[in-house]
Amino acid sequence: MLTVLVQDTAIDSAAALASLEVQGAGAVASFTGLVRVDDGVTGLELEHYPGATEAALTRLAEEAMVRWALSAVAVVHRVGRMVPGDRVVFVGTTASHRAAALDACAFLIDRLKTDAPFWKREDRAGEARWVTARAADDEAATRWGSGS
Amino acid sequence: MAINILYFSWVREMIGVGQEQVEPPKSVQTVVQLVDWLSAQSPVHHAAFIDRDRLRAAVDQVFVSLDAPLGEAVEVALFPPVTGGC
Repeated sequence: MLTVLVQDTAIDSAAALASLEVQGAGAVASFTGLVRVDDGVTGLELEHYPGATEAALTRLAEEAMVRWALSAVAVVHRVGRMVPGDRVVFVGTTASHRAAALDACAFLIDRLKTDAPFWKREDRAGEARWVTARAADDEAATRWGSGS
Repeated sequence: MAINILYFSWVREMIGVGQEQVEPPKSVQTVVQLVDWLSAQSPVHHAAFIDRDRLRAAVDQVFVSLDAPLGEAVEVALFPPVTGGC
């Protein structure tokens, strides 16, 4: 089972997690990213590339599915306007054992940052500013090897 | 051949539109040649594309490097490095 969703509504992480508990599997791992209150950030806007975003996330989910022999993957990414505390992203994986589920989950969240067309703009003290990509994110994504 | 160009994030804001149809000459064969050609079209294009290190591209919705060939591209997107996830 492979679920990829890009939505401008709140992410229901409980429902996403429950959907990953498939028959016969032994392990479910997940990551939920929230809008942080960094140096007075009051709001966040996420722009994306419709069509290409879903395609990129699906390619990543399929790669994880094969590489770790997963029985289920869910990637849900929010777009549009958000406030601190809102869920930005949910990634969940289901496998026979914990190592595969945990590694696949880390792979997905690392690679999603560099491989999917999203752009963040933060509101700070009444001013909106585009977030700059970090070299540390590229390094985190590279540790999983080049994409297939 | 007409190409549909998409802009995102601050590239979109600097150029002032999210999308435009262009017909570059046949000599434009790669993404970087397209960027050079667009840069010559107006001062706002020139300003948006001046720092090539901060520019990324997708051809027909697949991420490519700037020296990638355009081939029979229908859609080319130009944007800054991505910043999704958390």
